Amino acid sequence: MSYRNDPYDPKEATLLDPASLDEAVTAAEKAFTAASSPDELAAARVAHLGDRAPVLLARREIGALPPHAKSDAGKRVNAARTAIQSAYDARHVALEAAERQRVLDEESVDVTLPTDRRPLGARHPLPALIERICDLFVGMGYEVVDGPEAESSWFNFDALNIGPDNPVRGEMDTFYTETPDLVLRTHTSPGQVRTMLNRTPPIAIICPGRVYRTDELDATHSPVFHQVEGLVVAEGITMAHLRGTLDHFARAIFGPDAKTRFRPHYFPFTEPSAEFDIWFPEHRDGARWVEWGGCGMVNPRVLTACGIDPRRYSGFAFGMGIDRSLMFQQGISDFHDIVEGDVRFSRAYGMEV
Amino acid sequence: MLVPLSWLREAVDLPAGISPAELDEAFTNLGVEVESVTDLAASVRGPLVVGRVLTIEELTGFKKPIRYCTVDVGAANGTGEPQSIVCGARNFAVDDLVVVILPGGVLPGEFTIGARKTYGRMSAGMICSARELGLGEDHSGIIVLPADVAAAPGDDARPVVGLDDVVFDLSVTPDRGYQLSVRGLGRELARALGVAYHDPADRPATAGTPDASAGRRILVEDTAGCDRFSARLVTGVDPAAPSPQWMVRRLTHAGVRPISLPVDVTNYVMLELGQPMHAFDAARLTGDLVVRRAREGERLTAIDHVERALSTEDLVICDDTGVVSLAAVMGGETTEVGDGTTDVLFEAAHWDPASISRTARRHRMLSEASKRYERGVDPALTLVALQRAVDLLVEYGGGTAGAAVVDVDHVVPAETVLLPADLPSRVAGVDYPVARVVELVEAVGATVAVDGDVLAVTPPSWRPDLTDPADVVEEVVRLDGYGNVPSVLPPVVAGNGLTVAQRRRRSVARALAEAGYVEVLSYPFVSPESFDALGLPADDPRRTAVRLANPLSEREPLLRTTLLPPLLATVRRNLARGQRDVALFEVGLVFRPSAEPVAPPPVLPVDHRPSDADLVAALAVVPRQPYRVAAVITGEAERAGWWGTGRAADWTDALEAARLVARTAGVTLTVRADRHAPWHPGRCAELTVDGVLVGHAGELHPEVCQALELPRGTAALEMELSALPDREPVPAPVISTYPPALIDVALLVDDATPAGDVESALAAGAGELLESIRLFDVFRGEQLGAGRKSLAYKLSFRAADRTLTADDAVGARDAAVAEAARRVGATLRGA
Repeated sequence: MSYRNDPYDPKEATLLDPASLDEAVTAAEKAFTAASSPDELAAARVAHLGDRAPVLLARREIGALPPHAKSDAGKRVNAARTAIQSAYDARHVALEAAERQRVLDEESVDVTLPTDRRPLGARHPLPALIERICDLFVGMGYEVVDGPEAESSWFNFDALNIGPDNPVRGEMDTFYTETPDLVLRTHTSPGQVRTMLNRTPPIAIICPGRVYRTDELDATHSPVFHQVEGLVVAEGITMAHLRGTLDHFARAIFGPDAKTRFRPHYFPFTEPSAEFDIWFPEHRDGARWVEWGGCGMVNPRVLTACGIDPRRYSGFAFGMGIDRSLMFQQGISDFHDIVEGDVRFSRAYGMEV
Repeated sequence: MLVPLSWLREAVDLPAGISPAELDEAFTNLGVEVESVTDLAASVRGPLVVGRVLTIEELTGFKKPIRYCTVDVGAANGTGEPQSIVCGARNFAVDDLVVVILPGGVLPGEFTIGARKTYGRMSAGMICSARELGLGEDHSGIIVLPADVAAAPGDDARPVVGLDDVVFDLSVTPDRGYQLSVRGLGRELARALGVAYHDPADRPATAGTPDASAGRRILVEDTAGCDRFSARLVTGVDPAAPSPQWMVRRLTHAGVRPISLPVDVTNYVMLELGQPMHAFDAARLTGDLVVRRAREGERLTAIDHVERALSTEDLVICDDTGVVSLAAVMGGETTEVGDGTTDVLFEAAHWDPASISRTARRHRMLSEASKRYERGVDPALTLVALQRAVDLLVEYGGGTAGAAVVDVDHVVPAETVLLPADLPSRVAGVDYPVARVVELVEAVGATVAVDGDVLAVTPPSWRPDLTDPADVVEEVVRLDGYGNVPSVLPPVVAGNGLTVAQRRRRSVARALAEAGYVEVLSYPFVSPESFDALGLPADDPRRTAVRLANPLSEREPLLRTTLLPPLLATVRRNLARGQRDVALFEVGLVFRPSAEPVAPPPVLPVDHRPSDADLVAALAVVPRQPYRVAAVITGEAERAGWWGTGRAADWTDALEAARLVARTAGVTLTVRADRHAPWHPGRCAELTVDGVLVGHAGELHPEVCQALELPRGTAALEMELSALPDREPVPAPVISTYPPALIDVALLVDDATPAGDVESALAAGAGELLESIRLFDVFRGEQLGAGRKSLAYKLSFRAADRTLTADDAVGARDAAVAEAARRVGATLRGA
């Protein structure tokens, strides 16, 4: 087949020459390889696969060949064209991948750069520990009871069998106010009184909160500190139940190896009374018993003052200083750190203890 | 109480080799806290030996007489040669046995002994006085050992002078006065260790009569305050007689300063038996002794030389001249035993614990005697104590014991306690057989009569604390051992979990912490000036505060009525410590007393439940104490960094914190401009929920910042959590999957119109198709005209059941704009 309007120039028939075709393929491959960007590759494509590319010009010459030669020449031209096209495709894929890689490379950042655009907040570890303790007891069926910190002295003392002449009352280093009978509570026990006055057993409550004693602030004392006190009043409650509760508490807070020791002690509101120590293997000065709190069986006089029949019900109560627990649990050696509100202290603990 | 082990050994057959650790454990299990154990042998380190004085050369020419001695110290110095020692004391002679510390030894106070040249001679060691060895106050001369002492030169001197002892510092609980004596401690220790006990009070004593004929009558007018008063006279005592060394040593080790033989004897008997005593100089007493309450206007100068006005509640002892002793607390100066005392009247009495406790506290005179009386002293002990004191004084001070012993005895025997035999088991959760209960109660010293299921327990005279069955139960459990109580979890109670208010406080704290605020806990003590610094008006209710009667600091006698003053002080502390960006919050109580005077509260009973009316009346003194949350922020709210510039904290942070609190609490906050100290009058928001004021937020007043030394622009929030209503039930949201129609509107309003009003008008007018509304631009410019501003909003409309048409959206938009026009005169910009 020939095109009449296609001016035939016999000289160009040399393009069908196998050597010429090979040369065209080689030249195309070389050009594609040399292209280092999609743009360069596009230009090379026009040169080697465009209308004026040698291999397409060669195809035009096929018509001028004698019929018997057409088939051979056609095959040669197609093979050359296919070779050039695949060289182009391979290069195209490679360059596209390189381009994507380049973009990703350019987008790389230093992930070790600081990201703290917003300053860090934190809970104070003390309320965090109190919440943890409350959760533990809520899990055992207790309810959490809050109460006022400025309290009627009957609730803080008398109802708890701390009469006006009890030496303990003089030793509690109480903050008094200029309002008659109003004191800063020296323990969270008034919360227990308030509960017993208004509810019938069974009662299982935990009273966390701030308490006050007239101690000057030093490394181990603070006029304001925190307690958690527990109270269970029901039929058949024994000192063994008290011990079981405190053992569970100790293991939950201080680990499975924690154990407790009871030492006889005196509190007006419990009888029998004990102080309890906890065996603390991780103490920074070596394993030892650490005094943790006070406990005992609710004095029947307290039940009576609160309107609970001590012949029918018995109960246990316990209490411990949370600041002190936090200090030995976390190895904090100075009370100043807990009360001063330095942001570095709370931030060290984050949200939980 | 300090007690040397050697003293306890007199009452208890302690095993010879018992270690301090074993005793520590025994005391601890008895409920006696061991504060410390001091091994006196370790108080003097190195070679402390007995020496015999061989030669004395008097050195003259110095300011004071000096002796240069040679002392045989046996082989203790390694050579056997006599030791040369310079000594300043003069109370010894050749051949006396003395106590020598050799070079290398260390005396109490880390005083190291060496060989050195002094007064022109070589001195290799020191001859010791009692004070130098920590054995007493005596420094008038060196210790000269008795000639018959069982020790030879070169022997360790510690056992000879009592430095082989161990001193226990014991802390006794307030209910157990009997433990404040060798007698009481010994009884318990002996039982705990299973060894024999020898009661130091088990000795014969001369009986007394109420009306003695010793020339002096004793009248007890107040037999309730003083139910026993015994006294005996010793005449012709050698006023110069010193207390024996062993007594001085024991008193010193027990922490009691030796004073004079009669006084030392009273202290010794008190420590041994637990009976406080007083020694009068009988020659300085005039006429009869009367025991009564003090009268109005009476005064006493006690032996501490302080004159005190007495209260009519104070128990006193008087003679014809007036008050001579503040009973059981401190004796008077005029009848004090002194240097020339030859006639001593010993008093041993029993006083009402409550009266003594009040007197001691009223006059701030907590003496060893008052400490014992308020904890309970054995009323059966006065005659034994008198006998012991008289015997000691006569033995060491000479003199003659008066024949008459006065004893005015109105002691009421202890009441029997009826103990259900199974009560100890029911309380402890330990199965104690009845025989075991009886055995343990008897070990206390009580007598027990078994009557069926009930034990009739008569406590011993020294246990006034045993009044209730529960007290006896404690003794059973304690003596059986607290360690025998098993560990059993109680039955589960059905609880209701945390309350709404408790969960809300936790959530609020957590949310603020996660928003960048650091939680702190401040003391609630504030000064009246702190209210001035906040610029509170004179009639501001926050100035009505509870005032402490005994504040730690006179400057800060009030309890906070707002969380801000202590919190702002904490901000300042952090700034002073080099923090630049500080954001703090606190959740806590404030104390809001009523400005009205409170009626005096009724006296509530303790032997039954007070009536509800009485409880309400008693609680009227308790001020309202709501929970509040406060937050303060200063410095950068968002930091500058490699990413670019930061953003300084301002009023918007305080408002956003308020909104965060409200969101967390599940309530809808309404914000309005307000003028309220301590906030900037133009940058203060009043926060309300359902029309109830719940707090304020904004920027602090520049003058407040200046007064409190805070950076200008510091922003703060304070909200009353207790005032927030309960969370409303949330209607389930309808989640439409149809596309939204988004329309922007810019409204022109008067510059003074709050954006909040414009927004609520738009929202109200837009109707239920409005899904969200957001102000995205505020613009002021000349082209708008003076006093005008443009507020640009993005409105998003969406229907639950269809795709909105353009007409739907524009219609809603127009309704919104119309409502804004109606309410605040807004016009559509560009319209």
